[in-house]
Amino acid sequence: MSSPQAPVAHADAPTAPPSEPTGRRGRRLSGDSHARNVTRGFVLKLALMALVNALGVYVVLAAWAEDSYGILWAMVALLFAANYVYFSRRAIAMKYILPGLAFLLVFQIFVVGYTAWVAFTNYGDGHNSTKQDAIEALLVQNERRVEGSDAYPLTVVQQGDALGFAVLDGDVVRAGTAEEPLAPVDDAVVEGSQILEVPGFEVLGRDAVLAQQAEVTALRVPVSDDPEDGSIRTQDARNGFAYTSVLEYDEAADTMVDTTDGTVYRSTSDGTFRSDDGRTLNVGWRVVVGAENFVTAFSDARYALPFVKILAWTIAFAALSVVTTFLLGLFLAMVFNDPRVRGRKIYRSLLILPYAIPGFLSALLWSGLLNRRFGFINDVLLGGAEIGWLTDPWLAKLSLLGVNLWLGFPYMFLIATGALQAIPGDLLEAAKIDGAGRFRTWRSVVLPLLLVATGPLLIASFAFNFNNFTLVYMLTQGGPRFADASVPLGHTDILISMVYSVSGVDGSAPKNYGLASALSIVIFLIVGTISAIAFRQTRKLEEI
Amino acid sequence: MRRSIPFVAVALGAALTLTACAGDAEPEEPAEPTTEESAEPAAGGDLTIWVDETRQAAVEEAAATYEAETGGTVETVLKNFDDIRADFNAQVPTGEGPDITVGAHDWLGELTANGVVAPIELGDKASEFEQVAVEAFTYDGAVYGLPYAIENIGLIRNTALAPEAPATWDDAVAAGQAAGTDYPILVQMGETGDPYTMYPLQTSFGAPVFEQNEDGSYAAELALGGEGGLAFADWLAAQGEAGVLDTAITYDIAVEAFAAGQSPFIIGGPWMLGSFEGLELAIDPIPAAGDQPAQPFVGVAGFYVNGQSENTIAAVDFLVNYMATEEAQLALYEAGQRPPALTAAADTASSDPITAGFREVGAEAVPMPSIPEMGSVWEFWGVTEAGIVSGSLEPTAGWEKMVADIQGALDAA
Repeated sequence: MSSPQAPVAHADAPTAPPSEPTGRRGRRLSGDSHARNVTRGFVLKLALMALVNALGVYVVLAAWAEDSYGILWAMVALLFAANYVYFSRRAIAMKYILPGLAFLLVFQIFVVGYTAWVAFTNYGDGHNSTKQDAIEALLVQNERRVEGSDAYPLTVVQQGDALGFAVLDGDVVRAGTAEEPLAPVDDAVVEGSQILEVPGFEVLGRDAVLAQQAEVTALRVPVSDDPEDGSIRTQDARNGFAYTSVLEYDEAADTMVDTTDGTVYRSTSDGTFRSDDGRTLNVGWRVVVGAENFVTAFSDARYALPFVKILAWTIAFAALSVVTTFLLGLFLAMVFNDPRVRGRKIYRSLLILPYAIPGFLSALLWSGLLNRRFGFINDVLLGGAEIGWLTDPWLAKLSLLGVNLWLGFPYMFLIATGALQAIPGDLLEAAKIDGAGRFRTWRSVVLPLLLVATGPLLIASFAFNFNNFTLVYMLTQGGPRFADASVPLGHTDILISMVYSVSGVDGSAPKNYGLASALSIVIFLIVGTISAIAFRQTRKLEEI
Repeated sequence: MRRSIPFVAVALGAALTLTACAGDAEPEEPAEPTTEESAEPAAGGDLTIWVDETRQAAVEEAAATYEAETGGTVETVLKNFDDIRADFNAQVPTGEGPDITVGAHDWLGELTANGVVAPIELGDKASEFEQVAVEAFTYDGAVYGLPYAIENIGLIRNTALAPEAPATWDDAVAAGQAAGTDYPILVQMGETGDPYTMYPLQTSFGAPVFEQNEDGSYAAELALGGEGGLAFADWLAAQGEAGVLDTAITYDIAVEAFAAGQSPFIIGGPWMLGSFEGLELAIDPIPAAGDQPAQPFVGVAGFYVNGQSENTIAAVDFLVNYMATEEAQLALYEAGQRPPALTAAADTASSDPITAGFREVGAEAVPMPSIPEMGSVWEFWGVTEAGIVSGSLEPTAGWEKMVADIQGALDAA
């Protein structure tokens, strides 16, 4: 290994002028025949690391500006790790692993971790943000215009440091601030419906208003001393309207009070405001709810029977998909591996075509081809037979497997071709000499060797098909529905499409990302367990 | 040295990824409203608006006027319309959302529950809009959006095949059969049903989906059961048996058949018209199958203001004073071919008989419910209708089970 022998002293100063290390290294490694290479390599490394560091520092600064401290510290840690690994002589193995590890952290571990975290919250419709946001939204949503009140042309004014409004009420200009209710002002200058000057106040120009939009929209100027008259607010700094608040937030008691009937809504641990008689306000916030989502997932009686059916079908679908595609792919691979077949290259190229078309497109095409009345299969091939390929429970399952076979066999064909060609010819010859027939050779020599090579890929294919959402969604959308279930699930739904429906991500119910994440983790565990067992089985094959 | 190259790629990837997920990587970080952004130098009303492809040019036109008159800037961000709803919900709480987004009125229940939209006071402007448009954007007494277009379905008639508008469903079927075409009338359905297209026929039996309050808003009480609903279910079964309705007819098949002159009638909306060039068309009210008027759903498209925008004043100013003009609404009409929501603009647009036809049907229509409960209805509704039409479900039992299942879903939510 001709790793650049970076002087340790330089680890802390990667941006040092390149001339100096070149000179020093040249002297030190003068006896080494690779000295010139190493030197150039080190300079290159230095340049690349400088680039990486510059990018990293940029990300750190950007994260700081956005107050995203999680990203900031993650990036700082990654940068330190990268610099240590690539300038230290001790971390040789890490030099190879680090890039992959960084990707793994960002794209896998973080995603899984975040999903796991969401699974323990009530994130979803109605619990979309923080409590602070929910309170603000509730207050804003529950302001009502005072009945029968007019719209007033309005100007934003300032008195000392206090913002205020001046409104044109008929011919009279009235002005006030949050503390001072509106009072008539004499000698104001009005042009048309625009107030130009208000004695005692400074009229703010548009730029000044836009510079403090949040303050202006939050400003409430009481109409009079009587709270019933409401207070003036504006949204566009041109028109003012009198409002009263239906809800008021009591910060000390952490309650919302309905001012019309005095109902008190208390903040609860599940992220809503609830009154004593059980009514809740429509905006809630995100909280950690512990294992509640997992309990919900398994306690709803409506899902009990469909879940068992869907679990069984998911496993059957994934397993059958792997078996059928592998057998067809293997068969074709063996046929086209025979040197007597002419034009093998052309056939092989043609066979890969289904693999080259995006899966969701093929699924859509097939759903058209399988249309009961107008589809090509029924209409042309079967002479107008109205066979419900996608509407009969068993035929729909068959269609799904059939389309998946069409989509999946080229992949298996490819890997089986590769594995077959890798089997040493002398093994087959030895089998022949030992008197084994064709089938015996295939059964005892070819297949075990093939399975050793393709076993992990078959397991990966199983895991993929276990979550093959695209195909199910594009071809049958899970249909036909279970006639005896009270939930929108069907005979071809697999676990992942069930999650999509149950958690409302498809729009059929209020979205519940917490529940969706919890169910995803359950699926993760199922797939993980099955894959682990399968891997253990394939390891036995290798011992043959 | 080779190993450094993948590493740079990794660092680049990691850097970009981390930047990209800057919004949601910190879920627990307490939100500090107003302090951060207002501390930055606030430029004069710089707005960010999410628009879809159809609407982009029209919004930019109004934005140019706004920019010229106020000195603010408007940045339009092109989004896929189907992504806007979820992205808006997710991004507003992070502070990364736009100031304004285009949207549909039936998102309203979800957006308010998530606290991501701000009410807009239209003031006296409200009376300048079609009543149904403002009603559709009203939730619990407050208006949440500036409407710009109204869309609904009607009966599209090929005048070469059927010279007169049918009065009832049976008339339409008879006229269609008399025309000697392949299909008497085309109603898209598909194996999972299409309750949106079927809705006017359902209301003609007096079975609306939810109870309606006096002010036009919906209460979360199912109304599609009862006698009217069952009569509708029986009718579906009869039409399915007669072959007039067929679950094999999807949107694509229906549109293609109508364009090929295979039927004098199709129930559909303005979005189909692009496929019907060269045909002489007329838009009629949807013929009632029951004894009550056939009322389709009205969808209203509009602009929402981000509930946590730091530019509320500029945003509302832009919407109320620059998008609620006849000029702007007509530009949006030219782009999307939906009748405008502003009455004056709609009057101008009605010089086109097709637009006038859809608008006339829309005047009798009802807004699509925007209450969150509506989401639980669709999934059961369409499949049951399709099942009854195809004969796999017995009409009365099937319809009653559907009502019970929807109620179950509402209770569980």
